[in-house]
Amino acid sequence: MTNEELIVKLKAIVAPYIQDEAAFKTLNEDTDFVKDLKVNSANLVDIILDIEDEFDIRLENEDMEQMLDVKSAMAIVTSKLNA
Amino acid sequence: MKTDQIILLLPYQKPFLFVDGIDAISEKGISGHYTFKEDESFYQGHFKGNPITPGVILTECMAQIGLVCLGIYLLKNELKEESKPQIALTSYQMDFYLPVLPNEKVTVISEKEVFRFNKLKCKVKMHNEKGELVARGLISGMMKSTNT
Repeated sequence: MTNEELIVKLKAIVAPYIQDEAAFKTLNEDTDFVKDLKVNSANLVDIILDIEDEFDIRLENEDMEQMLDVKSAMAIVTSKLNA
Repeated sequence: MKTDQIILLLPYQKPFLFVDGIDAISEKGISGHYTFKEDESFYQGHFKGNPITPGVILTECMAQIGLVCLGIYLLKNELKEESKPQIALTSYQMDFYLPVLPNEKVTVISEKEVFRFNKLKCKVKMHNEKGELVARGLISGMMKSTNT
């Protein structure tokens, strides 16, 4: 999967949970889920669970702690898919 | 963990404690009960001269039993003597079917849907003493022990 394909999938996953529409429109690798998209802590968990379902991977606490922005989410998903 | 220990760990007190007892508890779910007393403060205003338990209070009762009591049980290995659970309601979707009047006893039954990364989501139902469905819905919250 290319990075472009991955970012499209992630964008669709976060869409129901975002609070900041403007930040969502310009979503890129540097977009922070909490600081930019204003996702709350419970919805951040929902995003993690939806990522697991979409990519059929299992994420652990340490993955969750690192998954603060789009870039780190992409890195973690890619490493799990290649594992 | 004993059920009375769970109630002692609840961060509520009168007039905002809506748990009288826990009837059954496991990793999968909980059932508990509460009787709405005639002198609950909200009956003075809801409604004028016609006391009916507000839906938000029914939801609160369902959250205290179905989510917070169950969550304390699920966190039992992390909650030490000194630590109190840290909790926050994050979302709920609720449908109401019947009114609850002063002196009515309700039973809350909650089934765990997911508990991961500190988020607990449960399918919760409330029944009256006749066994009729009063309300049902989904409630989610974040919970963890303060020492983690």
